[in-house]
Amino acid sequence: MITLAPDLETPTRGGFAENDLLEVAMGPHHPSTHGVFRMNVVLDGETVVKLTPVFGYLHRNHEKIAEKNSYLAAIPYTDRLDYICSMTNNWAYVLTVEKMTGLAVPERAEYIRVIVAEMTRLYNHACLAGFLLQDMGALGTPMMYAFREREKILDLFESLTGSRMMCNYLRFGGCRCDLPDGWLEQAIQLTANYAPFLEHFEAFLNENEILRARCEGVGVLPRELAINAGVTGPGLRASGVNYDLRKVDHYGIYNRFKFRVPLGQRGDVLDRYMMRILEMHESLAILGQALRDIPAGPVMDAKAKLRNLRPKAGEVYGRIESPKGELGFYLISDGGPAPYRFRVRPPSLVNLTVLEDMCLGHTLADAVIILGSVDIVLGEVDR
Amino acid sequence: MLGRGIIRGLIETGRNFCGSYYDPERLTTVQYPEQKIAPQENARTIPFLVYDGHDPLAGLRCTACTICEQECPPHCIHIVKDTAKKPDYLGKMQFHPKTFDIDIAVCMGCGICAEVCPFDSIKMDRVFELAGGHRALILHKELLAKSEEYYRQIHPIEAAVVDEARAEEQRKAEAKKAAAATPAPAAAPKPLAA
Amino acid sequence: MPTLEQVIARVANALPGASLQIVPNGNPGHPGSLLLDNGQAGAVARILRDDPELRFDYASNASGVDWPEKTAKEKVNVKKIVDGVEKEIEETVERKTGGYLEAVYHLYSMALGHGPLIIRLRTANRGDGAVLPSLTPVWRSCEFQEREIFDLFGVTFTGHPDLRRILMWDGFVDYPMRKDYVPVAEEARP
Repeated sequence: MITLAPDLETPTRGGFAENDLLEVAMGPHHPSTHGVFRMNVVLDGETVVKLTPVFGYLHRNHEKIAEKNSYLAAIPYTDRLDYICSMTNNWAYVLTVEKMTGLAVPERAEYIRVIVAEMTRLYNHACLAGFLLQDMGALGTPMMYAFREREKILDLFESLTGSRMMCNYLRFGGCRCDLPDGWLEQAIQLTANYAPFLEHFEAFLNENEILRARCEGVGVLPRELAINAGVTGPGLRASGVNYDLRKVDHYGIYNRFKFRVPLGQRGDVLDRYMMRILEMHESLAILGQALRDIPAGPVMDAKAKLRNLRPKAGEVYGRIESPKGELGFYLISDGGPAPYRFRVRPPSLVNLTVLEDMCLGHTLADAVIILGSVDIVLGEVDR
Repeated sequence: MLGRGIIRGLIETGRNFCGSYYDPERLTTVQYPEQKIAPQENARTIPFLVYDGHDPLAGLRCTACTICEQECPPHCIHIVKDTAKKPDYLGKMQFHPKTFDIDIAVCMGCGICAEVCPFDSIKMDRVFELAGGHRALILHKELLAKSEEYYRQIHPIEAAVVDEARAEEQRKAEAKKAAAATPAPAAAPKPLAA
Repeated sequence: MPTLEQVIARVANALPGASLQIVPNGNPGHPGSLLLDNGQAGAVARILRDDPELRFDYASNASGVDWPEKTAKEKVNVKKIVDGVEKEIEETVERKTGGYLEAVYHLYSMALGHGPLIIRLRTANRGDGAVLPSLTPVWRSCEFQEREIFDLFGVTFTGHPDLRRILMWDGFVDYPMRKDYVPVAEEARP
């Protein structure tokens, strides 16, 4: 006996009995939901009629922890927000505090930040392509090809920071330590090897008929809805909106690099997938330029100190283009050693606002793929 | 032709599959634990305390300044200071810890304690095969103390820098002591104006 | 990027009688914010979004802030008549700040490429007057973020399509991000 939720509105389509609707809870333990994420889906046969995302299973109240600890102690916690992109999380927080305190960042540190951020973008997008294909049924093979390249980048991060994923590398006013000997050569080698990998990866997947059939026209996100719902990142650009924070805000030294911003036309899953592939090409271009031009010099501002940072009272909002979208930090300081208010603006959470709109009318299998193309990481959604 | 994309994909898969028989790039699996990858110089997991000399507890470099305890993000370090003082490598009398506990179930392995320590006494270890050993989750200073030989072995480049700095400090301290010990030399008699 | 005064002028043009106050940022190098009146917030938000020169079509962040009531003592020189003579005496005056919850929105314009414009809404108090108008009908990006402010701070948003707890479980009672929140059981420290 299936009981329907009391707030369910039954749409009238083609005349069917009320008992024909089936409510399915997908998750939170589910291999395709990219973490502990639950979707309460109401189905008419196979078609999605209503979809309610439920999350909060990974809520660790990072904001309150950061409000009780010093500014420095919040940096390792930011690693754990979007746990596969720790370098960009660090950068967003460190950028916000530097905006607040006016600390300057030396040239070499800025180049290193761009290099590690673009490497993070590379492996995040490769992972997404892998996970999306896994959701479609190509169980593991594209994912493992992507992970092979990811391993090389993770090895580089381990030799630089000591940890593969929880890097804790950026500090206020620069980076924790300089590049070890031989790191730059390895990074240049990796960038050189990545382009042929990407070529093979695209040859492997882009023209695949199954991928095209399953992704074309599925989960269309119209332009106006994307802007109004605050979708950012590749999902927004796939709908044709030219808004990339690296070009809009010119944070860091991104205005020194020549790179293009790919835009999609239809805003369906295929466009979002192709966005990631094209952005990987652009990241390689940026990496090539940064690795070529990186100057020698210090990596920490001479005036920066590690302990007992007390910014003057005030508030600031800093944001960067993380691989998932706009990652922002809103900090209010009251002059004390801990922030008064520490707020993380998570891209994955806001991108989920339109999940229901994209899935309505599609089948349950498509809902899985649409969720995969939105690219969420629960560490960021729940904090 | 219908199926062209799938056939191109299968060619890629075939390339990877056949390549895994002779190309090391294709076969990246390491058969752990029979094969192990050499750990990186910088790798960090949980902290440990460095001691000089042969006695693990008497030679601890830690002076119980509690800076690591204050900066530790998840507050996993707990130190109780001992009121008796001991001389350190420069001869200055310093406090030392009566108890020094790290709760490694809470420890994030972030390395901030090692970064802020002014005495180079807490450093990051590389051990990750922790299951099945002593099975304690709260490590007291007996388990945390590891020799400076061990530190040089696991982090050679970092230890070289630390050793150099400490040797420099020791040289400066000895030069100061020598200058204070010898009396000021008698002033040479001024030459009489010719 | 229009200045705060220009924004106020354009809003007043479209909606006569709109009251927007500038709240200066404690940090002088950074932009201040606009405090909106709760009754007019929806209308003002629509103007901010639709006005051709402002076009703030993208609400990036909606965040809650808790300002518990604080009493600050200040010494003030007051002229008083003592024994028939006017004298200046130092008196301690108590000034109360806070005692409300705030919702802070950061607005950007994707069409015109400027931003941020920071707007604030304040509740009457931290008790049963913690009610604010929802801006979700204007910017859909506020939907989940206002639910989070409801969940973690206890601010009820009128006009929100689906206001219920988002991060804490449904039966949870208190509001974790408030400054006076005490968790139920503190873990024993060794």
